Amino acid sequence: MGEEGTKRLGPVAANLRVVAALGLRSVKQTFRRPQLMAPIIVFPTLLLAIQTGGAGSAVDLPGFPAVDSFLQFMIAGAMAQSVMLAGNSGGIALAVDIEMGFTDRLFAAPISRFTIVLGRLAGTAALGTFAAVWFLVIAFIFGAPIETGVAGALWAIVLVTLTATAVGGIGAAIALRSGSASVVQGLFPLVLVLLFLSSAFFPQELMVEPAKTIAKYNPLSLIVDGLRDPIISEFSASEAAAALLSVAGIGLLGLVLSAAALRRRLRTGG
Amino acid sequence: MAAIQVEGLERTFAGDIRAVRGVSLEVAEGEIYGFLGPNGAGKTTTVRMLTTLLLPTGGRATVAGHDVEREAPAVRRAIGVALQESALDPLMTGRELIRLQATLHGLPRAEGQRRADALLERVDLSDAADRRVGTYSGGMQRRLDLAAALVHGPKVLFLDEPTTGLDPVSRKAIWEEVTKLNSEGTTVFLTTQYLEEADRLANRVSIIDSGEIVVEGTPEQLKGDIGKPHLEVALADGTPDQAERVCEAFGKPLPSKDGKVLIELERGAAQVAEVVRALDDAGLLVESLELVEPSLDDVFVAKTGYHLEAEEAEGKQDAGG
Repeated sequence: MGEEGTKRLGPVAANLRVVAALGLRSVKQTFRRPQLMAPIIVFPTLLLAIQTGGAGSAVDLPGFPAVDSFLQFMIAGAMAQSVMLAGNSGGIALAVDIEMGFTDRLFAAPISRFTIVLGRLAGTAALGTFAAVWFLVIAFIFGAPIETGVAGALWAIVLVTLTATAVGGIGAAIALRSGSASVVQGLFPLVLVLLFLSSAFFPQELMVEPAKTIAKYNPLSLIVDGLRDPIISEFSASEAAAALLSVAGIGLLGLVLSAAALRRRLRTGG
Repeated sequence: MAAIQVEGLERTFAGDIRAVRGVSLEVAEGEIYGFLGPNGAGKTTTVRMLTTLLLPTGGRATVAGHDVEREAPAVRRAIGVALQESALDPLMTGRELIRLQATLHGLPRAEGQRRADALLERVDLSDAADRRVGTYSGGMQRRLDLAAALVHGPKVLFLDEPTTGLDPVSRKAIWEEVTKLNSEGTTVFLTTQYLEEADRLANRVSIIDSGEIVVEGTPEQLKGDIGKPHLEVALADGTPDQAERVCEAFGKPLPSKDGKVLIELERGAAQVAEVVRALDDAGLLVESLELVEPSLDDVFVAKTGYHLEAEEAEGKQDAGG
């Protein structure tokens, strides 16, 4: 059976194809498993509907940013919620792969083993793009304008995609370290705490202490602010830079932790 | 060059759990090597080290001429692996899985698709290729797993308990495929806890117990070393004492079982007719008579002190693999 003459791709092309193939599998897996899809699209959409319906008059509070509607303000928060949960869902899916032995199939292949993490992140990035487009479509349908137009919409898509990738790295690290889907799933409440202690759902200026201070230093607030500004007013170079730096920091942390967890798993076998 | 060469391989887990203790073996190219042992004996841990999924804590091993620690990528290019629990994603289709496997092994897209189609046909899954794996029976999943392990044409194939939990028909289908692959030149390293499977498929067998190889050889050698065939005689009129006295002339008496007289025959099957004549001359009416060859279970009992099949029945969990 040994086929000596088998034509194989070069290492770079082969690894890039593996990243793309694993990313595609990750996306299909999410769409085929409702419990992975629900947190990314269904929950944030429902929360968006409930909050805009029930707390719409918050825009009249003194100090609330000048917005067209509460929906316009909330779109960035819904995107942030979606990508945070996408990262968590990606971690759950990776942990399920570990539990059912699917990662052994990948580890036994002649590829760079970090490609497996990158493939998962590629899938999470694609889901981030999908989530960004989804909420932009909701904004369009329900009449919440993107003040900076097409450029602002494209910026939102790029930033949400990058954030999903970065957060996905943290999810992957936890999955690789624990190897347990229930452990990663158990972080759901923590994700919600991080969201509520940021400017995702409420302006920082209107928060009370200590939430206000926590939100100020929560990197998620920097990302949300960088996302929200072009939606509700105009581009701010400093806000955009802060958002990108936050994403880069989270992404770097995720990659370092993932690499360490992967090395440990391969060394100890679990 | 040996397809697999292992010298003093060891694996100790946290808590000083020594799952594999100085395993040494050699598998020739083109051989089917059976690695037999109960749950928790160290079979899976050994396979995981040989397939580069787990680092050894001692000893060394080469597969297809490559060191499993220092040349792990080269080892992975040369081997196919079907692990104990079919590592299949229930949400993927069979075709998607094999194509992914082809991508993992760096095959160009068109080549991967061609091989996926050919392998699905080979394992008789063409009709189910576009169904999700979660809808497959256990036998279909194992056949798919086997096909996936073959997509890059491996020189050495590792099969970790490929038929555990399968019905007899599915088991036979896997056996036939393994035999066919071997006849095409693939070296097969097969772990199993089924004695019949090792006996039927393997050119050579080693028995591992508590992380150590206790015996190695061809099934015939191992059985031959254990003893000679024995005759089991059941009498219609129930007079075993007299029958035992008659049979003693032909070989060593063994403890009787279920009222049957057991005698180890010095010259094997050649003596059966003589025994029957002697019993007839003594006026004893024989109800049934069976010549029993030593089995690998006898070998297992002799080397470990317990029956492998009984271990299976107790359903012990595979702690150390």
